[in-house]
Amino acid sequence: MSWSEFPSMSRTDLRSLRRSIDESFRDFTQEYGESLERFFDPLLEFLIFSERLLLSTPWPLMIAICAALAFLASRSWKIVLGVLVAFILIGYLGMWQDTMRTLSIITVCTMVAIAVGIPIGIAMARSNKLQALISPVLDVMQTMPSFVYLIPVVMLLGIGKVPGLIAVIIYALPPIVRLTNLGIRQVDPDVIEAADAFGCSSWQKLVNIQMPLALPSIFAGVNQTIMMSLSMVVIASMIGVKGLGQPVLKAITNQYFSMGLLNGFAIVAIAIIFDRVSQQYGRRIQLHRQGDHNG
Amino acid sequence: MDKLKQPKIKIVNLSKVFGRAPKKMLQLVQQGMDKTELLTKHRHVLALDNINMELQEHSIEVIMGLSGSGKSTLIRHINRLIAPTVGEVLVDGENICGMSATQLRRFRQKKTAMVFQNFALLPHRTVIDNISFGLQVQGQSEARIKRSSHYWLERVGLTGYEKHYPAQLSGGMQQRVGLARALACDADILMMDEAFSALDPLIRSDMQNILLELQTELKKTIVFITHDLDEALKIGDRIAILNQGKLIQQGTADDILLHPADDYVRRFVADVNRTGVLRARSIMDVKIQSNPDFSNTVVVKEDDTVREVLHSMLSADSYNALVTNQNGKAVGRIDSEMLAAAVNN
Repeated sequence: MSWSEFPSMSRTDLRSLRRSIDESFRDFTQEYGESLERFFDPLLEFLIFSERLLLSTPWPLMIAICAALAFLASRSWKIVLGVLVAFILIGYLGMWQDTMRTLSIITVCTMVAIAVGIPIGIAMARSNKLQALISPVLDVMQTMPSFVYLIPVVMLLGIGKVPGLIAVIIYALPPIVRLTNLGIRQVDPDVIEAADAFGCSSWQKLVNIQMPLALPSIFAGVNQTIMMSLSMVVIASMIGVKGLGQPVLKAITNQYFSMGLLNGFAIVAIAIIFDRVSQQYGRRIQLHRQGDHNG
Repeated sequence: MDKLKQPKIKIVNLSKVFGRAPKKMLQLVQQGMDKTELLTKHRHVLALDNINMELQEHSIEVIMGLSGSGKSTLIRHINRLIAPTVGEVLVDGENICGMSATQLRRFRQKKTAMVFQNFALLPHRTVIDNISFGLQVQGQSEARIKRSSHYWLERVGLTGYEKHYPAQLSGGMQQRVGLARALACDADILMMDEAFSALDPLIRSDMQNILLELQTELKKTIVFITHDLDEALKIGDRIAILNQGKLIQQGTADDILLHPADDYVRRFVADVNRTGVLRARSIMDVKIQSNPDFSNTVVVKEDDTVREVLHSMLSADSYNALVTNQNGKAVGRIDSEMLAAAVNN
């Protein structure tokens, strides 16, 4: 036996191991695939609804709504101007519909990530055991190449919007969970002690103290989640999610340089808008931290 | 002091060990192991060692000691922010160590309120919303919360600052918010954990005066933790001295100055300016001569400090003082030699 060769399993053993895993998963798929699909039906309907809503809204109204939201969140005319220019360019260059589809899936994805991620983050902040349990799972979610978990998702749910959304959420969920956990754990222990001394229940503590004080951190998590889900749109387009990802995919396979570039820039523009708006908003909600000792 | 009155807070055989196996380590202590040995050999900290103590209603009870004496640990036992390893804490005769989580929460809401060394205000809430925090936790009505919190805002002298955030206020003002937040709860027991220690001397003195002024009217049971003897002597009706987790002595300021229980207390009080603390009552001779010589004698009250007696005697150019009680009855006498002894002691 030589040391340069690792004593691996025999080929037949390895093949049968893989086959048994594959077969049992296939059985699982056949058994539960349909009921899982039904389970995700409301999500699918929500996705279709939001896409239709964005697509059927007249474009001037849509731009006005986006600009108004940007202003409400950031109170900055510079950002509003950026939003206007970006959307008008996107429309003029013929990417309006794809951009609306991408916006729709990003919005739904962010909402789901918030709805799922914040409670998990809160639970994690309350128990060290749970934190030790969930942290490695989050690591796997973030580092596992997305193609690997696309395989079982597609086997279970086929090709379409819902599996795409799930793939995006798996990738984009960890930051919001982590930053919710971190934000709550970083709340000044003196303030928590004061809350205990005044007889707060743990719910009152969560609502009145921990969540408001963790908000900047949670907000950074939401921002990260949006950025990461945007970066997933191309991969999601491989399993049938329509939007800016599909032209990019087409551009890769056919070597259409300018097509890839334009759609890529549209994704970047949306990312920058989301990022600046949410960062400005995050800064505004923690104004109380800026001491003004002349007060 | 009325001996028959039930103490507001009674601490019975209370010990606290911090570490992984506190109960087991406490047995070692009971077998005679001392604090240092416990720490070096077993890595457990004996924070409080068999404390027995009674705190009276309507008075300011000061617990004082240097850092590491266990005073902050002790005060946290009164509302069970820290649970004892062994022992009982009775408030109005009820053992709070036996309370369920819900009972404890009600107890903390209704019976105790606390002021902290680092203020521990809620940084994301305005001054007025900080003051109303305790009432909100109690579940009071909006109208009551509003009325009460504005009343206390005014009482601590912060009118006009209700919309400010804590970070915009100076330390002294922040602690006024802390005090108002605690007083707004309308609890019987006010716990102050080194509440004024983080403030500069002038502001600290101001805050002490505010507290004393409020107390004449409110008559709460105030448990006041401090490491500053002058502060303890100024505001305490009684003072308990803690060292290395043990209660060394508990008594009035005069008791502690005139009859220190051991060398530790003696060293502790050595540098205090006694004239402003000792009362005429404590240094007078209760034997009044049957045939007193009233020539060149001034009349002082038994509650006057030695400094005031000295002042009266000097300004009248006299060597003798007659001490009278509240009703004007003569209860003792002080001469210049007794005065000199009291000052030099």
